[in-house]
Amino acid sequence: MLRFIYFFLIVVAGTAGELCVSRAMKESGEVHDFRPRALLQVAGRVLRIKWIWIGVGLMTLGFFALLGILSIENVSFVVPVTALSYVAGGLGGMVFLGERPNRSRWIGILLVCLGVTLVIMGKG
Amino acid sequence: MIKSELPVRNGTPGEREFSFTMKESIHMHVHAREKHLRLKTRLMILIMIVAGPMGNALLAKAMKTIGPITFSSLPDLVHTAQQVLTSGTIWLGIASLLLFFVAYTLVLSWADYSYVQPASAMAYAVVAVLGVALLHESVSPLRWLGIAIICLGVFVVGRTHPNTTESH
Repeated sequence: MLRFIYFFLIVVAGTAGELCVSRAMKESGEVHDFRPRALLQVAGRVLRIKWIWIGVGLMTLGFFALLGILSIENVSFVVPVTALSYVAGGLGGMVFLGERPNRSRWIGILLVCLGVTLVIMGKG
Repeated sequence: MIKSELPVRNGTPGEREFSFTMKESIHMHVHAREKHLRLKTRLMILIMIVAGPMGNALLAKAMKTIGPITFSSLPDLVHTAQQVLTSGTIWLGIASLLLFFVAYTLVLSWADYSYVQPASAMAYAVVAVLGVALLHESVSPLRWLGIAIICLGVFVVGRTHPNTTESH
């Protein structure tokens, strides 16, 4: 049960955190000016959006869940499961950010999932 | 009604020509914007996949040189903290990770999360290539296979439009 909670937090909280950061950046608007002064203004604007703080909080939760599961399971077992984050990211992008990934993007996402799993298994 | 909305069959030859020029101009503008969007998205992802692994590698290298952190006594801890804070490699690693984070957040201001997240998996390939080229590490065939599949996946994702939330 504890393992399930950890995996749930890694995949769901970690991905949800990144989705919230993405939402904050979308709300702040597309960045066109990349000069340091303009970037600082963007940072000031983003820090006033609630989603960035929710995102950072959830990402922190996901990170500690990763540390927690690593204390009881091998990396080779943990990381392939976390590859599911790519699928969760695709679904979350659709539901939470209104993205419309087409079939090609889904095929790409699934290939990346498979590839990441093999890379981690190949490290053992 | 703007001129480009005029039906082509109606109007004088001059109006028809103006309408065509207007449409062509809008088409060229949209095309240029799309090209610019793809270019800056790829540039940011390139920064991410290089700066992220490099930052981690620099921090790992610096911490291996410094040695394990001991919490046995306060002077030991202060000494280690001094070593960490005065290490150029540590600061280079932090700067690299900061660059990664800036590129990551910036690209998300215009590109889909479902585009950026899988595309950033190219970092796995960068890690392997850097490991082989700089540290002469060996990479197992299974890992190479995984990297090849990631590259294929990123190629497929890269062919989709970076932003699907606005109409094109």
